[in-house]
Amino acid sequence: MTDTTHSEDILATAAAWRAEGEKVAIATVVETWGSSPRPAGSRLAVTASGRLAGSVSGGCIEGAVADAAKQAMATGTPQLLDFGVSDERAWEVGLSCGGRVKVFVEPLS
Amino acid sequence: MKADILARLQAERAAQRAVVLLTRLSDGEQHLWPQEALPAGLAEAARAALGSEKADNVTLDGETWFVHPHNPPLRIIVVGAVHIAQAMAPMAAPLGFEMIVVDPRRAFATEERLPGVTLRTDWPDEAMAELKPDARSAVVTLTHDPKLDDPALDAALRSRAFYIGALGSRRTHAKRVARLKELGHEDDVLARIHAPVGLDIEAVTAPEIALSVMAEIVAARRGAALGQPRPQPAPEQGRISIGLSA
Repeated sequence: MTDTTHSEDILATAAAWRAEGEKVAIATVVETWGSSPRPAGSRLAVTASGRLAGSVSGGCIEGAVADAAKQAMATGTPQLLDFGVSDERAWEVGLSCGGRVKVFVEPLS
Repeated sequence: MKADILARLQAERAAQRAVVLLTRLSDGEQHLWPQEALPAGLAEAARAALGSEKADNVTLDGETWFVHPHNPPLRIIVVGAVHIAQAMAPMAAPLGFEMIVVDPRRAFATEERLPGVTLRTDWPDEAMAELKPDARSAVVTLTHDPKLDDPALDAALRSRAFYIGALGSRRTHAKRVARLKELGHEDDVLARIHAPVGLDIEAVTAPEIALSVMAEIVAARRGAALGQPRPQPAPEQGRISIGLSA
């Protein structure tokens, strides 16, 4: 289930963006419950300038994760985000499929 | 993630070595295993993750670690640089497979016909001895020529390849099974061969056959019932279901 990283090499994209002088953060699904769309290990790379590669959901929470990633790049501190039906934010950000995911967001330093 | 960890992780993956990235979720501290020595509990979790191919959380001494295995790509070893192989090639990488094509007929095995694929023009028995198919390998023979297909199947049957497929009608396969029996393979071993190769989607064109083969390989890899070899009916009932009879 983790071979997604082979077909889409998000880390290579992150490294290439950094080499171009971009500020980059990497978000990784670290835990899932229920019908969450992407397995643990799925990655999303985000730049401060707004570029995105990969995914940590079917598109439901990418916006919220990108916001957290920008914050992580600004502070230099990683964050553990929790999205789920028990969290009001899940409805806000659209994870209405009944799943729950934890996403770790870390700046590339 | 530190740039240094990212560079080392990418270098290990580029060298096709198994590597596990461990991340402490409280502060983002990271290690690579087996490249770094780790406490026994973490090393054991990393080893287990490579085996299960599943990323997961592990809590040790009150700290939660995300244990993320990165295995080398699965391989598809194809014998025969034929039209179906050409149609399989662009599907392989996005599905997570490295594709290797073996064909000593140099007119077929050209970079122009198979861009982005590892090509070998040695004989299949020599190629298989070097490639050493393992439990992360699929072997597919497509030449219809027993001189080329049989040695590859012989080697595949002696390996732990997770998938073995052979192009050809049921009648062709019955003759092939008889030849392989003479090489000492028992019925239960020969039953590992998927033949006619590919899921039965009434494929006609090369891209359709390629799709059916790739789908069957994915089914075998994921443990789906469709990925199990089908029992072979008696040869006289033979029906040409895929491709041409040899």
